[in-house]
Amino acid sequence: MVPEEICLILEKQFGDAVQSTKVEGGHPHAVVAADRWPEVALFLRDDPRLRFNLLNCISSLDLLADNKLACVYDLSSLPLDRGTALIIETHLFAVRVVTDRDEPTIPSVARVWPTAEWHEREAYDLMGIRFENHPDLRRILCPDDWVGHPLRKDYEFPLEYHGIPATTEYELTNPRH
Amino acid sequence: MNKAMGETILESQPDLLIDIDRREQGDLDTEEMLVNMGPQHPSTHGVLRIVLRTDGEMIQEAIPHIGYLHRCAEKIGENLQPYQFIPYTDRMDYLAGMNNNQAYAVAVEKLAGMEVPPRGQAIRVIMAELNRIASHLVSLGCYGMDMGAFTPFLYCFREREMILDLFEAACGARLTYSYLTIGGVFQDLPEGWVEQCREFLDYFEPKIDDYNNLLSFNHIFIKRTGRIGTISPEDVVRWGLTGPLIRASGIRWDLRKVTPYDGYEQYDFEIPIGEPAGSDGFPAAGIEVGDSWNRYFVRVLEMEQSVRIIRQALDRLPEGDFRAKKVTNVKLPDDEVYVEIENPRGQLGFYVRGDGSAIPYRVKSRGPSFCNLSITTHVCRNCLLADIPAIIGSIDVVMGEVDR
Repeated sequence: MVPEEICLILEKQFGDAVQSTKVEGGHPHAVVAADRWPEVALFLRDDPRLRFNLLNCISSLDLLADNKLACVYDLSSLPLDRGTALIIETHLFAVRVVTDRDEPTIPSVARVWPTAEWHEREAYDLMGIRFENHPDLRRILCPDDWVGHPLRKDYEFPLEYHGIPATTEYELTNPRH
Repeated sequence: MNKAMGETILESQPDLLIDIDRREQGDLDTEEMLVNMGPQHPSTHGVLRIVLRTDGEMIQEAIPHIGYLHRCAEKIGENLQPYQFIPYTDRMDYLAGMNNNQAYAVAVEKLAGMEVPPRGQAIRVIMAELNRIASHLVSLGCYGMDMGAFTPFLYCFREREMILDLFEAACGARLTYSYLTIGGVFQDLPEGWVEQCREFLDYFEPKIDDYNNLLSFNHIFIKRTGRIGTISPEDVVRWGLTGPLIRASGIRWDLRKVTPYDGYEQYDFEIPIGEPAGSDGFPAAGIEVGDSWNRYFVRVLEMEQSVRIIRQALDRLPEGDFRAKKVTNVKLPDDEVYVEIENPRGQLGFYVRGDGSAIPYRVKSRGPSFCNLSITTHVCRNCLLADIPAIIGSIDVVMGEVDR
């Protein structure tokens, strides 16, 4: 199934909740309104035409110029009714959910795809997006008392952590964020 | 969201409160104990800490704590040009450096619209498959050692050493290669390398039978790993497990066949999957589809297929360029890609977004070990304490990639 068809199905089903679609380029995706996202996610997983049962990845994104944060959900369909036959066909699609940078909240889809639980914890930890109704939203990679969210483009590098000095080359390397 | 829809979601979830419910019903448990396994435990294969809530010998809950090796590699990737970030990718999954280089290179090439010459592609396939064998050898050896079989470990490492010699001859490094780079490979194969590689394959192929005789069909080993930590095909997909885990659960799914990259569609190879007891070439009893033994054995079968692929690639190694002409200061267009390749541990994905400059705006890596490890809590519920190494070992995590 090509991305155009998937976009048409979604637009027909959800109307305004699908804010925009992009089918050309390296990464076809639809932009979905945050408040309708769990509903759309369930439809993507369970609709017999789509069956996106595998959530590959959640990539958080800092759109500093627009003062927004976003999550990109990459999905693929893995037919489970083929028995032990070799699966060679699949369809891929992505959904982007954009949220405000000052109050970043997106509803959790950990109940639709359990694998989202750790991905969402990672996005919370590194990008600071809060996921509503997440079963266990706490930091996963950074220590619990870490300050800030490192992948934000305006992140300030700490100069020390519990008395451990940070890199002395900070001024030299001058990360551009 | 309406109520009926919410209920269907909840139904498909494991019941997280099951232990608390039992307690309220007046069930007599022995006193619970919290056991801290790791972060420095030999069978956690790195710095993984698992907090176990035990009732006698039974595990009530196993909660993994990760992040001890976190270096925020993604942030580093957002400050370096793609060819400069390649050396950081093989520090993620340090047992499969070639495959990690390949994943990032394929993603950037797709974004920048770069073509890899046929010779470069063929060398990449050879290196990726050799690295798959090397990585699986470490996995087999360490898994045997976790289960109390020390000898296979030495045999596995003997053969791995020969692969590392081949890598050293090609690129000078033994663990972190940075050999597969943007646009192809860093340098051409040295003289005599192809013959040396053929010699190794002729030597290595019969050794797989040795591992089977030593470990795979060993009665104690089957007893220790068979029917332990079984994961159903539905659970595998819901938790996003990939690689040997998905195939051990009986789903014949491999990205080299589904979405071929670097010319994998030209090669003829099979995708082995986990089989029930009594199948051809499998033990007559004691195992089932999706258990720890099958996860182990799929890796053994995959090594045979990798040998097949390498032989074909060596036979038809084309002449010509091994790398695209311009690989540094390449402007990345204002677009994004998400590319996954088949790593020895599963699907390694890279999300790369460009903004018109030579440095990517965002790099995100999806480590297969990260997703595979997330099922720990689910699969370790109500199993025996002694089975934890059998389950964790069969998932085969590399913490460098979990924590990135």
